[in-house]
Amino acid sequence: MLNYIWLALILTSLVVAAVNGKMDVINEAAFKGAKTGVTVSFGLLSVLCFWMGMMKIAERSGLLEWLARALSPLIRVLFPDIPKGHPAMAYILSNISANLLGLGNAATPMGLRAMEELQKLNPNKQEASPAMCTLLAINTASITLIPTTMIAIRMQYGSANPVDIVGTTLISSFGATLFALLIDRWYRYRYFRK
Amino acid sequence: MYQWVSLLSLWAIPSMIAFILVYGWHRRIPVYEAFVDGAKGGLGTTVRILPHLIAMMVSVTMFRESGALELLLGLLRPLLDFLHFPEELVPLALLRPLTGTGSLAIATDLIAQHGPDSFLGRLAATMQGSTDTTLYVLTVYFGAVGIRNTAYALKVGLWSDLAGVIFSLLVVSWVFG
Repeated sequence: MLNYIWLALILTSLVVAAVNGKMDVINEAAFKGAKTGVTVSFGLLSVLCFWMGMMKIAERSGLLEWLARALSPLIRVLFPDIPKGHPAMAYILSNISANLLGLGNAATPMGLRAMEELQKLNPNKQEASPAMCTLLAINTASITLIPTTMIAIRMQYGSANPVDIVGTTLISSFGATLFALLIDRWYRYRYFRK
Repeated sequence: MYQWVSLLSLWAIPSMIAFILVYGWHRRIPVYEAFVDGAKGGLGTTVRILPHLIAMMVSVTMFRESGALELLLGLLRPLLDFLHFPEELVPLALLRPLTGTGSLAIATDLIAQHGPDSFLGRLAATMQGSTDTTLYVLTVYFGAVGIRNTAYALKVGLWSDLAGVIFSLLVVSWVFG
């Protein structure tokens, strides 16, 4: 699927640029994009290392395991395939909480650790497991309690009440997440019935 | 209300750091060594993600700069007019699943142009805040563990982006309309 999207994006760009006579733009855009990829990765490097270091302490002290046990009933509803008390649960939970608080740069490292744990449980290492797809669904819809970035930008432009979008963001992201989980279940059912 | 919310997000990370460290210390964990050991893992993960991000950013940048995005917007316009979707927000809704920084720039621009307390400004903020960059999440999360076959994850992500856009429009119209 990703293969087709990637191919379609690039080929369409090439055709459109050729028709518009903007081939010089394409030359520039390709390398500008590659550079952005590197910049974003390096931006991730610092937060990934920091949070993975922190989470290692939490793991060794038993904090994560305690968290996973305490909240496993909740996670079990969403991720029925994960064994009880598995570390993946704690990471998924940390990922969801970081998303809720609008801490995007903490959410990604937790989500990636969760993916690594889910990969250990995955029988086919090349193919995404149902639990991975559910984690992805939660993260793309991302329930947000505090949209920190948008509040900051609204403040910057002199909003009378920068947080009055908290309610609307919460409701619509909650709706989107609920929808994502339902559609995830539907696709899971269809995909694994074959 | 604003003070509480900003206080909560200000204190969330420092208190989490303090709690992890104090609990680790209490359980007699060599916290410094554990931190360094864990942080090492971040390097490997970044290296695994890097090629995926470069591939994705190249295609998205080419798509935007070549004018293909504009073309797509033009093709979709009749449908969106039919649905009474505010025209100004179409680029934001379309870019949101593709690029986080790109859509953030558009949302900021909309807020600057129409004012943060206008209907469009609030809708842009809600829309930007209530969904995430599907393609980026997919690239990074699956790239990090080397998944080749993404099963149905992309479809679920794109459908939920659409749901996020529609929910934002409905909720903001209902609350502030």
